[in-house]
Amino acid sequence: MPVEENAAITPPEAWDEIVVRVLKANRVKLITYVPDKVLAPLIKRLHGDGYFTVLCPAREEEAAGIVVGAYMAGWRGIVLMQTSGFASLPTVLASLAVPYQIPLLMMISERGTLGDHQLGQAIVCRTMRPILASLGIEHHAITRLDEVEFIVERMIKQAFATQAPAAMILSPLLTNK
Amino acid sequence: MPANQLWSANRDTAKIVNRSELTRRLVARLKHDEAVIGGIGHTNFDLWASGQRPQNFYMLGSMGLAVPIALGVALAQPQRRVFALEGDGSLLMQLGALGTTAMAAPKNLAIVVFDNGVYQITGSQPTLTSYRTDLVAMAKGAGLAQSAWAEDEAHFDELIDIALQGSGPWFFGARTDDQPPAGVTERDAAKIRGRFMQGIGAST
Repeated sequence: MPVEENAAITPPEAWDEIVVRVLKANRVKLITYVPDKVLAPLIKRLHGDGYFTVLCPAREEEAAGIVVGAYMAGWRGIVLMQTSGFASLPTVLASLAVPYQIPLLMMISERGTLGDHQLGQAIVCRTMRPILASLGIEHHAITRLDEVEFIVERMIKQAFATQAPAAMILSPLLTNK
Repeated sequence: MPANQLWSANRDTAKIVNRSELTRRLVARLKHDEAVIGGIGHTNFDLWASGQRPQNFYMLGSMGLAVPIALGVALAQPQRRVFALEGDGSLLMQLGALGTTAMAAPKNLAIVVFDNGVYQITGSQPTLTSYRTDLVAMAKGAGLAQSAWAEDEAHFDELIDIALQGSGPWFFGARTDDQPPAGVTERDAAKIRGRFMQGIGAST
């Protein structure tokens, strides 16, 4: 079969497909999230996959607390949120995840940059990296499809190996939103 | 108490009881390594003072997260019964957690709120429950049908026994007095976490 034809039959995995595959491979089965348009395809995919327990609480703080409790009881989990939601988390990170040495995984869709028209998002966006840096939390932005697996896989493994929180930032360069 | 009266006590007539005493009564009834999450401040100080069970988790910060943390434990270990102990001020910070608990509906989770009507640890400024807010009514409104005020110590014991045998989730409120806690929790977060995880046999 000609290569071109083969490529047409199997399109490359979308970023959200890769994330789901890597979460499963690393036994991350609890998902808590506060919704976001950029995360919507990932959230839909997770809801549709019986491997995952998926909860949408009212606030990001709750979402983090649930994952922390579940980790201490033997489950791996991740919190999905957008930039503005992350801005509600510093107290929880500074008084729970960091001092208790909890591998709290976070996936944050980066809003407020690269063309976002919402002023509130744009201003709060600038607080995200300084907060992560000042708390000493490992964080990387994912900007390209070919980086998704490497970054997500490595960050999950390191978080659990070192008992430390980790923030994966989904750049508009990746999500095209 | 007759079964039909177990769930009908009223905040205005509930006896004002002592938080340390209720915490000791609760802990004394735990025979199967039940997990207990103690919320920030005097709630976890009294849990600490009741005896440092390895199945206790003490929150040194993250005000309002006792219920979400307990929910996470309850989801991950459905065979273990889990208690979240919170103060009224703490719960008021994270009321959405009541709805989340109702949605997730863990059969093994009980929430206990000690309502003294004040932020006792910061100088006893009144909380919203000193005015018109009834946390048991809010829990019912959030979808936690098995919610009740404890009328007195004996009724509190009965409610805890229900949570040790039946199918949850539950929400119990107790009016508490202005007495100081019976101790102060050791402030070593990593040790608290490690001990708790060992205590409930968790590994990830």
